This record gives sequence, structure tokens and C-alpha cells, in this order.
Amino acid sequence: MLKRLRENKSAQGTLLITPTLIFMVGLLIIPLLLTLIISFGKRSAEGNVIYTFGLHNYMRILGFSHDCPAGQTTCFDPLYAQILWRSISLAFNTTVLVILLAYPLAYFIARSHPSRRNTFLFLVLVPLWTNFVIRVYAWMMLLRTQGLINSVLGWLAGLVGVQFVPFEMLYTPGAVLVGMVYEFLPFMILPIYTSLEKIDNSLYEAAADLGANPLRTFWRVTLPLSMPGVVAGTVLVFVPVMGTFVVSDLLGGKQIILVGNLIQRQFLDARDPTFGSAASLILMVMTLIVMYFYTRKFGFGEEIVAA
Amino acid sequence: MSDFAVELKDVVKTFKTPEGTFINAVDHVNMQIKHGEFFSMLGSSGCGKTTSLRMVAGFEWPTEGEVYIEGQPQGHKPPFQRPVNTVFQSYALFQHMTVYQNIAFGLEMQKAPPNEIKERVGRMLEMVQLSGMERRYPRQLSGGQQQRVALARALVKLPNVLLLDEPLGALDLKLRKEMQLELKAIQQKVGITFIYVTHDQEEALTMSDRIAVMSKGKVLQVGTPVEIYERPNCKFVADFIGTSNFLEGKVKSLEGDKAQVFVPALNAEVKGLVSGTVTVGSQAAISIRPEKIRLADKAALSQNCFEGRIVSSVYIGSDTHLIVEVNGLLLKVWEQNKISSLDPRAYYTVGQSVWLTLFPENTLIMAGE
Repeated sequence: MLKRLRENKSAQGTLLITPTLIFMVGLLIIPLLLTLIISFGKRSAEGNVIYTFGLHNYMRILGFSHDCPAGQTTCFDPLYAQILWRSISLAFNTTVLVILLAYPLAYFIARSHPSRRNTFLFLVLVPLWTNFVIRVYAWMMLLRTQGLINSVLGWLAGLVGVQFVPFEMLYTPGAVLVGMVYEFLPFMILPIYTSLEKIDNSLYEAAADLGANPLRTFWRVTLPLSMPGVVAGTVLVFVPVMGTFVVSDLLGGKQIILVGNLIQRQFLDARDPTFGSAASLILMVMTLIVMYFYTRKFGFGEEIVAA
Repeated sequence: MSDFAVELKDVVKTFKTPEGTFINAVDHVNMQIKHGEFFSMLGSSGCGKTTSLRMVAGFEWPTEGEVYIEGQPQGHKPPFQRPVNTVFQSYALFQHMTVYQNIAFGLEMQKAPPNEIKERVGRMLEMVQLSGMERRYPRQLSGGQQQRVALARALVKLPNVLLLDEPLGALDLKLRKEMQLELKAIQQKVGITFIYVTHDQEEALTMSDRIAVMSKGKVLQVGTPVEIYERPNCKFVADFIGTSNFLEGKVKSLEGDKAQVFVPALNAEVKGLVSGTVTVGSQAAISIRPEKIRLADKAALSQNCFEGRIVSSVYIGSDTHLIVEVNGLLLKVWEQNKISSLDPRAYYTVGQSVWLTLFPENTLIMAGE
């Protein structure tokens, strides 16, 4: 038996991927299929699933409502489409801001003395030792009307004798954006750093030697060679931001509803798993579409993965 | 036009070691490189040759002294403002650009018109025999081809001086030999001054018009390949270039360019040619190349002849490499096999007794250590 296995290469391969396969099928494929089936169903009065086949949940997300004013059979309600659009644009804005903040920092770390690089990377990673939700709470402490930022500003205003009205920062779109950028910054810094760090110093020298000043060296050599890191970082940031609901829940209050919040509420508050499932699948498809076009243009950042 | 393409005047480069002490990687170096010359800096690793080259390129700035290019002091000018280009040891090709884009890069940086770029890159590709490969990426090329791209990329700018930092180091022996001849041919064709850094003495002797032998940050000797090999000015150079036998002794007398040295190990005076500088009474090193010792059955001269016994004999085809023991000293002697023979008696054999003649004109006397 063992001898036969030793000779059979394909059986060895199958055996090696079996644990992962069981995991993937059990925890990804089957739940996904269940979600798909449920999304076609209807909600019973008690909040259970009635298994039927209909596209009503999808129609509802896209805005074709059945709860119309008297006299109309169909009408258009853009509520959910707005939520989808808000999620995409927030994910987009977050990603762009994160790139703009992460790139200079990653560049600084990559070009600093090798003996200091680990210290800087350590500092980048330290916040990740604390729970995600706790870090969001910390931002609430900072942003509240009586929070740290307003207190300090008020104290400073008092010193110079100016009337100070505290800023309303918490529960605004800005607060959600700040929270998202903060949470996902390390996931952009690390891949960009990795790709920058791999650029051999002789390439900078070669560019200078051939007549490129530092600015042109950056545009023609540094940036193109670090793009795999930017791409990998974008995937690591854009996808989770699309689905997260904790940040918007805590920092956005009830005003800023994203797809993530919508799905969470359908399952927990509204007790309509059928609509929640449909929203989940829409989110997934939307993310896949964006990533498909993005990676088709820029690649997967495979050089980073290979490193 | 200034007298020299490149001149290093009393250049010092000090680096801080990880232990916090300071070391002169380049120590008061003076060099004058003529226009159109193939000039090599030769030395083992850490001798300061690469640092010297990098100071000409502008990647490093001298701690003291000055680098002149075409008579212009370079001071702290950055590399992109110097009329020199470099071929890097690692090639340093831009992996995200094609062969064409790599070669065109330097011309784009100087804002040459597009049709001129196209024409010059095309001519350069032809010269390094890479026509038809312009759309390939560096990773799709062999080591030798990458080396050619690196050369073309630097040469296309027609710099006053081309700096080459061990450009053939990563190639295998056969390819290296081919590239040596090709590099030399290209240099003669374009007429650009080449400064070539290498630790390979054979490479330096093959290609260079002049060689600077360096050690511990200092230039020991500058000369043509013949001068460096036939008249080394110190023991280090004689030892570093080719193979030499060394005898230690004390200078007895000087007469013109000849000197008499008493060698205690042989209990005899040896007459030879002064190479470098020695004074009467000083310690001297006598250097003689293995191929320049004459073997015979009996003494041919009244002086400089010693009887010895062969302790090792290795036939290597063109030569027979012998080791001869004289008064307890072991001397290397290379005999050319001038006669074709299968008879073992035609060759020197171990145990045989022979007379060695060190002709005074082949025997070099230089300062001892």
C-alpha cells in the first residue's frame, strides 16, 4: 500500500491537497452555494427562509421596489444602489489616500539605513497587535465632541482667548474615511516596502549615470519597479474596505450605511437572510468585477507574491 | 582640449568601518589617463580600484584631492552632470524596460530628438550584435547578451570616458575571452577612453594600453603591460602579476642599472638589473620569472649559476613545470618543450641534477619588504 503510494505521483498530489480541499469545500464552496440558494428564497413572517426561486431580492437591491405608492405596480427606489455606490467610492477614496500616505513612508523605510529598517517596520506593525475594534474605539475617543482633539483645540483656543465651538467630527463620512485609512495603512506599506527594498541600488546609480536627475529617476525607474507592491497593496486594501462594517458602524453612526452594514442588519436586525444573501453575492460580484479590470491592467503584483 | 581625459590628483577616500574606525579606501592616489586610452586599474578586492572608479563616475566624492575630467575639476558634481558613463558589474539593467528602451534611456534623458534616438540605438544594437532583440526584456537574454546591452546603453551616449567595473566578471571563461577581444575592438572603433577595473591580471594584460596596479588604496605602478610584467617596480607587483621566484639579500654594489646582491641562502653574490629603486646596503628582493631561468648540464657563467636537483616535474603540454632545489631553496622553472618526443629521457626527471643560470638581464633587483 505504502509502496504503491510512493510510486504513484498523482495520488501523492491528491493526498497533499486533500486537507486544503476539504477546508475550501466545507467552509467556502458549500456556504457560498447555500448563500446562493437562500438568496433566491423568500422571508417568512417569522424570519425563516422559504425556499423558492425568484429574483425579487436582486431586483430590490437594484431599486425595483414593490412597496409603491398607491396606484403604481412598480417604482424606482435608489436606496440600495446608493449604498452600493457609497461603498465603492469609499473603498476607492480610502485606497487612493492609503497609497498616497503609504508610498512616501515605505520609500523612506526602504532607503533608510538597513540597521534601522526593522525598527521602522516594527513601528508600522505595532498597532496590529491590538484588536481592530479597539483601535476604532480609540478613534471615537479622539473624534468625539468632548474628545481629545476638541479638548486640546479648546484648551489652545482658551490660551489665546478665542471663542471655541467644538467640531462635530464623529459620525461623519470624514470620520469613516479616517478610520478606514488608519486601519488599512499597514497593508499598503508592507508590500510597497517589499518591492522598493528589492530595487538594487545600482539601478538608481545607473539612472543617474545615464543623466536622470532624482525626480526623473523616480518616475522612470523607482515607480514602475515598485508598481507590483502598489497593486498587491491595493488588493489587500480595496477588497476588505468594500466589505467591512465595523468602522462605518462605530465612526459613522447610523448615517453612513455601507454594503457591509446592510448585510449585517439584514441578518441580525431585519432578520431577512434571503435579502442579506443576495446583498452578499452582489458585493462579491462587484468586488470581483473591479478587481478583474484592475488586475488585467496592472497584473496581480505577482513579483511580490513570489518574493 | 586638456592633456588628460581623466586625472586624479592626490585623491583620498575615507570610509567609516562598522567598528567606528576610519580607513582610507583610496590613499593619496595620482593617476593620469590619456585620451583614447584603454586604462586598467588592477588589484585584488579591497585595493581601492572600484572606489576610484566610482569617484570618477560621481557615485562617491573624494574626502581629499580632486578628480578632473577633461581638465574640469568635478568637485561634488552628481553623476548625471558628468560626461562619463558606467558599465556596472551587475549590469544594472532596467528590468521593466525592453532592450531598446534600456539603450534609449540615456538619450531620452538628454532630450535627443526621437528620430535621432532611433537611429543611434539602431547603430548601437548593430555594434553589439543585438539587432532583432530590441523588444526583448533583460530577463529574456543570456548573461553575455545582458552584458552587451549594458555596454550599448552606456556607449550610446558617446561619453568622453567609459567606466567599466569588472563588466565580464559574471561570464564564463570562454565568453569572457571572446568579450575581452570584442571590448578592445569596440574601444578602438569608437576611440573613447576606457577605464577598466578588474582583478584579473590576464584580462588587464590582454586589453590594456596601460595598467595601474593597486594595493591597499595606493597605486604601486603604472605602465604598459610589458613594463608591468618585465619591469615590476616592487615585490608586490612582481608577485601579483604572473609568477616569480624571489630571493632575499643585501645590496653590495650598484653600477648603472646593474647591482650585486649577496644572497645568504645561496652563500653567493647575484648580479641583476635594478627594477625600481634600491640603495647600497639595503635589503633587496631578487625576482626572476620561471620561464626565464636557463637549465644546463654545466655552469654557463662564472656568476649567477647554481647547481640544483629536480624535486618535481609536471608535463603540461607546451611546457614542463619543474621545481628545482638549490641549497634548500625551491625555485620554479618552466621549460618550453621545443622538441617533440615520446622518449621520457627527452624531459627533465625527478632526482636529476642540473645547473641553473640566472642571466643578469633576466634577474630583477627591487626593494625588499
